[in-house]
Amino acid sequence: MIDLHGYGPRLLEGALITIELALLSLVLAIVLGLLTASAKMSRSWLAHRIGTLYTTIIRGVPDLVLMMLLFFGGQIGVNMITDWLYYQFDVDIFININEFVAGVVTIGLIFGAYMGETFRGAFLAVDSGQIEAGRAYGMGPWLVFRRVRFPQMMRHALPGISNNWMVLLKTTALVSVIGLSDMVRVASEASKATREPFTFMMIVAIIYLLIASVSEWTFARLQKRYNIGYGEAE
Amino acid sequence: MADTPIPLEVRNIKKRFGDTEVLKGLSLEAHKGDVITLIGASGSGKSTFLRCMNLLEQPDEGELIVHGEEVRFKQTRHGREPADWKQVVRMRAKLSMVFQSFNLWAHMTLLENVIEAPVHVLGKPKKEAVEEAHALLERVGLSARADAYPAQMSGGQQQRGAIARALAMDPEVMLFDEPTSALDPELVGDVLKVMRDLAAEGRTMIVVTHEMAFARDVSSQVIYLHQGLVEEAGPPAEVLGNPRSERLRQFLAPKH
Repeated sequence: MIDLHGYGPRLLEGALITIELALLSLVLAIVLGLLTASAKMSRSWLAHRIGTLYTTIIRGVPDLVLMMLLFFGGQIGVNMITDWLYYQFDVDIFININEFVAGVVTIGLIFGAYMGETFRGAFLAVDSGQIEAGRAYGMGPWLVFRRVRFPQMMRHALPGISNNWMVLLKTTALVSVIGLSDMVRVASEASKATREPFTFMMIVAIIYLLIASVSEWTFARLQKRYNIGYGEAE
Repeated sequence: MADTPIPLEVRNIKKRFGDTEVLKGLSLEAHKGDVITLIGASGSGKSTFLRCMNLLEQPDEGELIVHGEEVRFKQTRHGREPADWKQVVRMRAKLSMVFQSFNLWAHMTLLENVIEAPVHVLGKPKKEAVEEAHALLERVGLSARADAYPAQMSGGQQQRGAIARALAMDPEVMLFDEPTSALDPELVGDVLKVMRDLAAEGRTMIVVTHEMAFARDVSSQVIYLHQGLVEEAGPPAEVLGNPRSERLRQFLAPKH
């Protein structure tokens, strides 16, 4: 049997952190993605520009650079604010940016931009007659969104969301640089200590593959659900 | 009620797309039980006129009065828009539209399509809506297809289903936008039969159509549009039987 030199529990904890980080980032990315898509499709010039600026910046800067900018730059920013509060109002607080939160925010921000493009394409793919029918029957914008636009859009968006999710999952490995003990960091520490990098990296690879397989299965089921009513005969 | 309001009244509707003025001041009054057919060549503005009636298109000028309630407008950067969208939602719920391409919601079964707006817009209890929906599907001859998705139905079935969806709102006025134009010829008859039945039971209807036989037999008033203006209007026997303008005479002449 493989000897983990006592790193088993820590690896498991690391795997949990990876999963939590990925799922929370996904939620944030989806919310940001929907907002970005709405902004880019909006009639408002300002909203459109903000949406475009956001996706341009995110897509043009490497993930690793963004992560360090947000983590270290964010800490400096927070310190400036707390300093100012101290001098102005004699309020003495200290906020330490939590690595986990920084990780979620960064990955969420990065993938929000990609999701935005996915959602925008998917919204545009919905037949306008379907939306018109909603309006014509007295649905307000929110009801049209909830009952018609969103469920029909999801059919087109799911392949893209699934793709983004797979990349997002692997991007979580980057958070080890800001000191978060995800499974990659645990494994690399263990590799150095035991000089058995192959063992630990292999385990990490297998765990990633496992998560990916479960995801594929979940997305296949979702796709089936949102494909309901399209094409295939009973 | 001694003085019931007129179901739908539109006055002097004007609409332009860019530099082209497609509606140049159109008016219409639909009293209870009226069946008004709008005819005209493509580009005459008849569909746009119909779409202005439930504000799927925003008219640049003109008034719209649904069941005695006048829709309020305001000027914005994007042109004239309704001042109160809640009011628009309320008035649209009184005007059901049947589209040329059916537009049944593709991700819902036929039954779900029929109960959707009654439940979510009118707030009807689901059980009640389902019972009514079954009765309506029976009427349009689709009882057996309640659980089918639109993609599994023929065009004629979809359109009859769309009529059931429209009826489920118990609308003041039903708006039909070329309801048979996208159908195979052999399917047109079933849909027209349902529409004739509706007319016979006193439904108020405004129908954009190319079916001259329907216009002749069923409507109380025929309006012939040409380039965004009313060229002729009146009872079908008059307008279709004895057209005054050369243009209408040519429009009505057999094409082959």
